[in-house]
Amino acid sequence: MLAKRIIPCLDVDNGRVVKGVKFVDIRDAGDPVEVARRYDREGADEITFLDITASSDNRETIVHVVEQVASEVFIPLTVGGGIRTVDDVRRMLNAGADKVGINTAAVFNPEFVKEATDRFGSQCIVVAIDAKRVSAEGESLRWEVFTHGGRKSAGLDAIEWAKKMADYGAGEILLTSMDRDGTKIGFDLELTRAISRAVPIPVIASGGVGNLDHLVAGVKEGEADAVLAASIFHFAEYSVAEAKQYMAKRGIEVRL
Amino acid sequence: MAQTIAVIDYGMGNLRSVAKAVEHVVDAGDKVLVTDDPGLILSADRVVFPGQGAARDCMGAISNHHLNQAILDAAESKPFLGICMGLQVLMAFSEENGGTELLKLLPGQVRHFERNMEENGQRLKIPHMGWNRVQHIDSHPLWKDISQGSRFYFVHSYFVEPQNREIIAATTDYGIDFTSAVARDNLFAVQFHPEKSARDGLTLLRNFVQWRL
Repeated sequence: MLAKRIIPCLDVDNGRVVKGVKFVDIRDAGDPVEVARRYDREGADEITFLDITASSDNRETIVHVVEQVASEVFIPLTVGGGIRTVDDVRRMLNAGADKVGINTAAVFNPEFVKEATDRFGSQCIVVAIDAKRVSAEGESLRWEVFTHGGRKSAGLDAIEWAKKMADYGAGEILLTSMDRDGTKIGFDLELTRAISRAVPIPVIASGGVGNLDHLVAGVKEGEADAVLAASIFHFAEYSVAEAKQYMAKRGIEVRL
Repeated sequence: MAQTIAVIDYGMGNLRSVAKAVEHVVDAGDKVLVTDDPGLILSADRVVFPGQGAARDCMGAISNHHLNQAILDAAESKPFLGICMGLQVLMAFSEENGGTELLKLLPGQVRHFERNMEENGQRLKIPHMGWNRVQHIDSHPLWKDISQGSRFYFVHSYFVEPQNREIIAATTDYGIDFTSAVARDNLFAVQFHPEKSARDGLTLLRNFVQWRL
């Protein structure tokens, strides 16, 4: 039986991990290579890097990070943030990334997703969707796709958008609830379930994880194929290994 | 004794991670060559044949690089490890892209997973992506130090169905029990990605570079 995946996410700014990692046994907690190595040792199923470098001049730094990590960490690596062209995708794959996350560029130019999957295969294209509830109290639930860190609606229904991206060849959806991101109160389970049921491809749930029960709920109630979390692992509140054991005890198939 | 391992490069997929993982497990002095040169492939001691992407594109790229014969010769003559599409294209025919003729080294077909498969009330997604159990059929030098049922990383929508069931080296359950590894003489080929399968994946690669026929 296929295991549900647990994916720690690292925010990287100018080649450094941000959000202040507090591992005691790591010399340089800002070094993405050291942190990735640690997650690998703990049994992470994949690692995702989100490049939040604002200046395009410094974009090369993430390429070097990926190159270094890929030469010593032998699990799948995903890189997202600032991927806008086929050349960006190629550069990340050549650096050693296995998958590339496309977010805003997909919204502004959906054909880019088609082009990228035609060129490199569906297996390496993850479409990241930032979704926010727009339905009023009492209305049937509805979510829209947002850009600019959740500030601007793209005017697209999130479920329809996810279906379209799957049709365009996306291999996977990374779904972030902008209502829950950073709140630590758990995934938007209705959103996760709605998208997971709507598309034939795997869905990674993201946004809102504050404890291990949230990961369990993401899989059991949200029907997610994988769960992504940043801060609970960053701040070493829980190790990836603890998260997996906890999930396994609750009947979820994981790789131990 | 120092040896040369050729990783066949025909422009399909992430060869860097395959080469890096092989470099990680070889002895100092061993050479890992990423190459599309048929001469180098034929003179290497061992050959790794990776691949990603669609069947038709892979076959097109193999033929554009004039590699058909070199691949077939290597697969019949020296330790040879196929990975993912590097397993699938060894078969005769694939359902992919409306039907694609393959290298025909191994009789049998490549088929798409059934759509709408379910397990415990949840739909099984395609591609089959993630860590799944690999059940060895028999002992084989490449399974050394790898436990029965260990998990490896998969990402694929098609699977092989060899005509000769005797070459099936492992199966994996995803809605059905499909063939996740084949073995025949000097040939070993896997559907999963050992280069992305953490410790067990590296063990398999190490077993391959140490494999004595």
